[in-house]
This record gives sequence, C-alpha cells and structure tokens, in this order.
Amino acid sequence: MIAADALPTGFFLDYAWLIPLVPAIGFALIIGFGKKLPYRGSEIGIASMAISTVLAVGAVVQWMQRVNTADSGSGSAGGDGGALESVNGFARSVFPSATAGENGEPYVEPVIRTWTWWQNGGLEFGLGQHIDGLAVLMLSLVAFISLLVQIFSLDYVRGDRRYTHFFAALTLFSAGMLVMVLAENMVQIILGWEIMGLCSFMLIGHWWEDTANSKAALKAFFTVRVGDIGLLVGTAIIFFGANQWAIDNLDSHGFSVQAISAWALSGDAGTQVLLWGSVALFIACIGKSGQFPLHTWLPDAMAGPTPVSSLLHSSTMVVAGVFLVARLYPVFWEGLAFGPGGLNLIAIIGAITLVIAALLAFVQDDIKKVLAYSTVSQLGMMMLALGTGAWLPAVFHVFTHAFFKCCLFLCAGSVSHSGSHHSFDMKKDMGGLVKKMPWTAGAWIVATLALTGVFPFAGFFSKDEIIVNVGENGYTTLMWIAYLGAFLTAAYMTRATYLTFFGEPRGAAAGEHHDDVDAHTEEPHDEALVAAGHHLDAQGEPEPGVGHVAAARADDGHDGHGHDDHAHGPHESGKLILVPVVILAFLATVSGFTNAVPFGEDFEILKRYVEPRAAVVDLEDARLAIAGGPGEALQLIAPSAAAVDACGFAAPPDGAVCFFPAVNHAPFKWSKGFLALGIVGAGLLSAWLFCVAFYGRRDRRLVGLTDRFAPARWGYLFLWNKYYLDHLYERVIVRGVAYPIANAAYWVNQHVIDRMVDDSGRGTRQVGEFMYRNIDQRVVDGAVNASGTVASETGHVLQPVQSGKVNQYGALLFGAAAVAGIVLVLINV
Amino acid sequence: MLAANFLLLSAVIFCIGVFGVIARRNAVLVLMSIELILAAVMLNLVAFSAVLGTIDGQVFTLFVIGVAAAEVGVGLAMVLMVYRNRRSIALDELSEMKG
Repeated sequence: MIAADALPTGFFLDYAWLIPLVPAIGFALIIGFGKKLPYRGSEIGIASMAISTVLAVGAVVQWMQRVNTADSGSGSAGGDGGALESVNGFARSVFPSATAGENGEPYVEPVIRTWTWWQNGGLEFGLGQHIDGLAVLMLSLVAFISLLVQIFSLDYVRGDRRYTHFFAALTLFSAGMLVMVLAENMVQIILGWEIMGLCSFMLIGHWWEDTANSKAALKAFFTVRVGDIGLLVGTAIIFFGANQWAIDNLDSHGFSVQAISAWALSGDAGTQVLLWGSVALFIACIGKSGQFPLHTWLPDAMAGPTPVSSLLHSSTMVVAGVFLVARLYPVFWEGLAFGPGGLNLIAIIGAITLVIAALLAFVQDDIKKVLAYSTVSQLGMMMLALGTGAWLPAVFHVFTHAFFKCCLFLCAGSVSHSGSHHSFDMKKDMGGLVKKMPWTAGAWIVATLALTGVFPFAGFFSKDEIIVNVGENGYTTLMWIAYLGAFLTAAYMTRATYLTFFGEPRGAAAGEHHDDVDAHTEEPHDEALVAAGHHLDAQGEPEPGVGHVAAARADDGHDGHGHDDHAHGPHESGKLILVPVVILAFLATVSGFTNAVPFGEDFEILKRYVEPRAAVVDLEDARLAIAGGPGEALQLIAPSAAAVDACGFAAPPDGAVCFFPAVNHAPFKWSKGFLALGIVGAGLLSAWLFCVAFYGRRDRRLVGLTDRFAPARWGYLFLWNKYYLDHLYERVIVRGVAYPIANAAYWVNQHVIDRMVDDSGRGTRQVGEFMYRNIDQRVVDGAVNASGTVASETGHVLQPVQSGKVNQYGALLFGAAAVAGIVLVLINV
Repeated sequence: MLAANFLLLSAVIFCIGVFGVIARRNAVLVLMSIELILAAVMLNLVAFSAVLGTIDGQVFTLFVIGVAAAEVGVGLAMVLMVYRNRRSIALDELSEMKG
C-alpha cells in the first residue's frame, strides 16, 4: 500500500472505540447478571470504568507521541504502514494525513475510523471514532471521573433498593458520554447525547417513590428535550448544506464531523445555512448545558443521588453542550461570525447565564443547589469563552472544572452522608463541621479555592485565561462581566463554606435527630419575608432533603444501613468516600499546570496537544485514492498549500481545506492576573465578613434587612423565585399555550370526533333497523317460512300415500312396475 | 311357440298373484298370493332355461324355492304374532296411521 499515514497510531488510538464499548458491555452484564453477583453489579461497573480509564490514558499517551512525531518533522518519512493496513482491513480512514503547515505547525491528522451502521436511501450512517486532542482529553476525563464517582457510590448508596440499577445506569451514562466524545459523525453524537439524556432521567428519578423526585426527572427530561429538537434540526440543516460539498471534495458525507468542519471553513457554505444550523445546534447546547433560559432543570436535577449530581450534572454530562460547540467549532465560528468579532448569540447567552446563575446561588439553602447554580454559572463562563473565540481556555476550563466541581459535590455528599443525617440544608443541619470532618472540609476548601480561582489552584489558570482572552479578543464589556462572575463566585462559595463548615453547629450537625418530615419543610427564614405570603415553593419544587427523609421513612433502601451510624452525630466519612474526594482535591490543585500560560510555553501542554492546528491542507495535488468499498481504504497524502490567510478568516484556496479556524491566544499579563486575584480576594473577604456578621454574630443592621428595606425585599423575592422563570414556563407557557391547546383539543374531541362517532353510530343503527325490517324479516325469514310451508303442503298432499295398508302398497308397487314395464316396452319398440 | 305358452301361463299366474296381494284382506292369503307370483317367476326361469338349453335358470329356480320357503316361514311367524296380539289377521286393520 502507500506510506501515506506515517504518523504513529498505535493500539490505543486505533482501538479507541473500545473505550465506550467496554462500559456498554458492562451495562449489559450488570443488567443481566448484576443482582446475582457478590457486590450486586458494582464490581462490573467499576471494572469497566477502570478498563476504560486505562485505555483512555493509553490513547492520551499515544496521541502525544503522534503530535510529537508530527512536530519533529519525521512525519513524511514513511514507516509503519503495516500496522495501519491491518487496521484499515476493516475500517476506513478518509481524511488527509499529516502535513507540514506553512506557519510551522504541522497539521496532525485525527485517527478516524468508520464502520457502516445502517444504510437507508443511499445514505450511510456510520459509527466510528474521531480521535484527536479534544477527544482523548475528554475520554480520559470522563472515564476517570466516572471511575472515582463509582467508587464513591459504593459506600454512598450502599443498601439502596435499586443498587444494581444505579450502577447500571451510571455505567450506561459513561458509555453514552464516551460514544459522543469520540463520535465521528453527527448521528453518533445524537446517539450518545440521547443515551445521556435517558440516563439523566433515570438517575434523577432514582428515588422515584417520592413525587418530587420523579417530577424533577420529568422536568429535566422535558426541558432538555426542548433543546434536543435543535440538535435534530441543526444536524439536518448542516447535512443538507454540507453533503454535496463533502462528497465532491472529501469523498465523505454531510454527517462527518471532519467534513462539516472543512465545509464550514471552505467559504463555499451558504451563510444562511451556517447561521441557522449553528443557532439550532446551539439551542441543543442551551438545553443540555443548562444555559439561560433553559437552565431551570439543572438545579432541580439535584433531586438525584449526590454521585449522580457530581458526575452528570456538574462535571461531565452538562459539558456535552460545551463539547458540541467545541467539536463543531468551525460551524459556529463561521455561522455566528466569531472571526470578525462582535457580539454573538453564544457569547451573550454565556454572559447572561454566568451572572444570573451566580446571583441565584446566593439565596439557596440547599448545599447542592448552590453547587448546581455554580455549575450553571461556570458553564456560562465556558460558553462565553467559546463565543468570543477563546476555544482553548474554554476546553481547559471544562477540564479543570470537572475536577473541582466533582470534588465539591462529593464533599457535599460526604457531609450529608456522615455529617448532617442526609440533609442538604446548610442553614438547618450544618455548620461547624470542620472539626468533625477535617478531610472533607479540607478537600472542600481546596476545591472552593480552585473554583473561585485562587493562585495556584486550577481555576486560577483556566478562569484567568478565559477572562484575558475574552478581553484580548475585543470584548471588553464581556470581560468585565466575567470579572463580576468571578467576584460573585468567590462570594457565594464563601457563604456556602461558612454555612457548612464554620459557625455554630445546627440541627443534625449538632447531633440532633429529627425523624419527622416537618423538620425539613419550608419554614420562613430569618432573611426571608414572612409576610410575603410567598409561594416560595409554589410549584412543588423538589427538595432533596425532604426526599431523603421521606425515602428513609418509607424504609427506602438508601437508608437501609440504619441509624446506627448516626447515633454518634456527625463524624468523618469512610475511606471509600474520602479517597475519591482527596484524589479530586489533589487534581483540582495541580490540573491547572497543564496549561499554565504564566509559566511559558513548556507548560502549555493542552495548547500543543489538544487544540487542533489551523493548517491549510492541500487535497488535490497528491490525492491518491484506492477504489472504495467495504474494507478498502481511501487515503490522501496532503502536503500543505501555499501560504494563505489564516483559516477561518479567509477561504482556503481551491483544492485545499481547513479543519480548524486560527484562534487567537492572548499572552498572559500579570496585571490582569493580579486584577483577577484582587477581585476574587475581595469577593472572598467581603463575603466572609458578611457571613460572620450575619450568620455568626447576627448583626442587627443586617438581620431582617429584607423586612425593613423594600428594594432588598423585592430583590430577594426576585432571586428566591428564580427570576420567575419557572412561573413563566409553567403558568404562562404551559397554561397559556398548552391549556388552550388542550381545551381546543377537548372541544374538537367532544364536538367533532364524538359527533362523528355518534352520527356513525346512529346511521349504523338506522341501517340496521332497515335491514331488520326488510331484509331479515321479509327476505330471509320469508324464504325460510316459504320452504317450510312448501314442505308442509307437500307432506299433506302425499299423506294419503303413506296409509299403512299393505294392499295399497302392493297395488302401488305393482302399478308402478306395470307403468315402468309399459314405458320400457314403448321405448324399446 | 312352446315358450310363448309357458310365458302366457306364467303371466296368468302372476296376475292372479297380484290380484290376490291387492285384493285380499287375509294376511295368509296375501302370503299365498306372493307365492303365486314367485311361482310365475320360477316358471319363467325354467321355461327360458328349457328354450335356451342352459341349466342356469333351473339352478336359480332351486334357489328361489329355498328363499321362498324361508320367506313364507318368516311371514307366517309374523302373522302368528300379529294374530296373538290382535286376534285378527285382517291387513286393513293393521294400520295405525292417521292418514
């Protein structure tokens, strides 16, 4: 064959598709045999995630080798075509090989393999892998976080009634996310996306016996479904726009991620197609990644068990939307015109989400809801970065955020498990836990510092990079909004930290037992307005705390390990819980150094290995195609084109394509770094002082402020009711739109459909009566009666013959014989 | 014309037999009339046998005699039973039909 693809691939890259396959098989095994196993299926889940993690780490290492080879210039030397051929025996690689770009950075070809999944009407839908830096980063991240969360769950959900199903759903979720992350085409992305949606629904509603939980699950599912329509529509728009171009230029199709990227940057794509395609796809991201205005499902999703919140609703699943934007970045780049600058949909939505969610986090008493709004806010930060052209900082923030947000959620789970008797209410059942739970508190504080962005924790590097890049790309206003977001983040996290771990122990944290649900029902808070008559929770908002206690009272499995553990009041959690927490806290500390711009090029690991190179790749000059067909490979040798304007700002010349726009990278400035640190420090300090004064000393100037000061009251209620968005959705949209539709449907049902049914019934009855009177009575009965009458009359006529007189019989016999004889004679004569 | 004489006689006997069957009320006389009919038939058989010079007709006749004897035996037994039950052997009184 040809020595086209000289970059080393290796086992882990070629077989990266095993990474999602292993948990998928694990899921099937857990569902099939889990209940009979000694650890009820959890061992399969953990083993499959461990295998996936190992495979993913191997893929990371080999990807780095591949990039190194390309960078060292030995890429065109030919070489291990043998290994490639053996792989190409059953897969196809249809995209250009390595080439040296003019700007010094060679293009590194992703390891793409596809297998035909099904065919319909000339369309081939494939399953495959698209392994590049982003994919290996997310694969290893998802697999590793899933592994830690499953280990955490061993202890956390021990004794649960649906223990096996819990692990099955977690494993299936990981498979879905991994499928999406290495997706080669849009259909596969939709597949993984929907698997995640399903698992999210199952896991939020894990304790579905409590109505609030199943309502929260439904809300999450339906809200995300609203966005999912955008995914289908966007995929269709992009497909019809890109398909012919992809066939002509790349021998590919309009679902392929790589072909779509090249098409979007080719300059041949229609502006309207790109615009509406990217808007539709972004609507899907709004739903999945909890962006304004569809963020309302995410806080309610905290009704699920804490590991679920930790894995799905903070660190992995909700970044699927961010991942989709990052994966199809050329489409959004061109469709929403990131290149020329100027405000666009993604940046605006991201900025709005960043601020409003952070504000909402201030009025939450539920520790998990604080973290949920924090997640929404950070997702807004990522979207803001993507929308302003800061691709790498956004992906970097996804990476670091996963560690510290997962850690925070697991800490919250640890607190509720061992410290607050399954309550998540910070004001009622927590406080002062730092002495009782030193490890948990330490990990929490480390992760909090990472989240708020304190040097040298991870969040400092990623968040600062976002802010600097947003400013550098010309979005000054948005940069200040991001600073505001950082300030708010520092403040609300300080509040949550103070309420949970400092101050006086309250409620369960003080060792009190409340066995009744009343302890958890909403009562007026000192800062809430008693007189407001508020429907504080008018919509039957799920309260995880209530759910927990109700579940426990109903002898639900979750509390099956009994109250013995809690007899001694708050205590530190066991090792199975602490080990993942501590590992995550460690990573939250060090993961920032993977792209620590302040320390120079050597620390910019993610930039080198993860960000796709914006090289112009020439296709026509050295295009070498081998006849296609099952098992045949099509390979392109693609030396670089002549120097042109950067990808994403000008169309590549004829016969050349770009796969990624040339994004800008802002240099680090210590001035901005110190400004960010100062703002974060101010947030931390002011919030700490406020908390000490308000919750600790109960300062008279602050307590009851909302009672005395009307604007404060209005602001508080506005936040408490979550900007009335839920009211808008449920009262205005659902009642205003759905109810009239329902009424109209009812009217149509009653007056049109029922009428048709009634009329047809009546008509049938009349026809039936007519038939009865005329056909049945007259024709059929008449025929029957007539035949009876005829038989009777004939019988009467013939009656005399049967007289019983032997002589007569003899006479008849002989008479008949005589007649027959006469006839015989006559005939013969 | 030998055969014609036999046949003529046979026809006369047959007619007498038929008349007896139709006209007599006494069951025994009806049986006897049946025997006359059978005799007419047998006479025919023997006559044709003699004319054609084969023995078949005569063999048949012997069988018919046997069957006729058996038939008369059965018939007389029935008559005897009817007499025992009804004290009469008048055939027109035997009918129990309403028509």
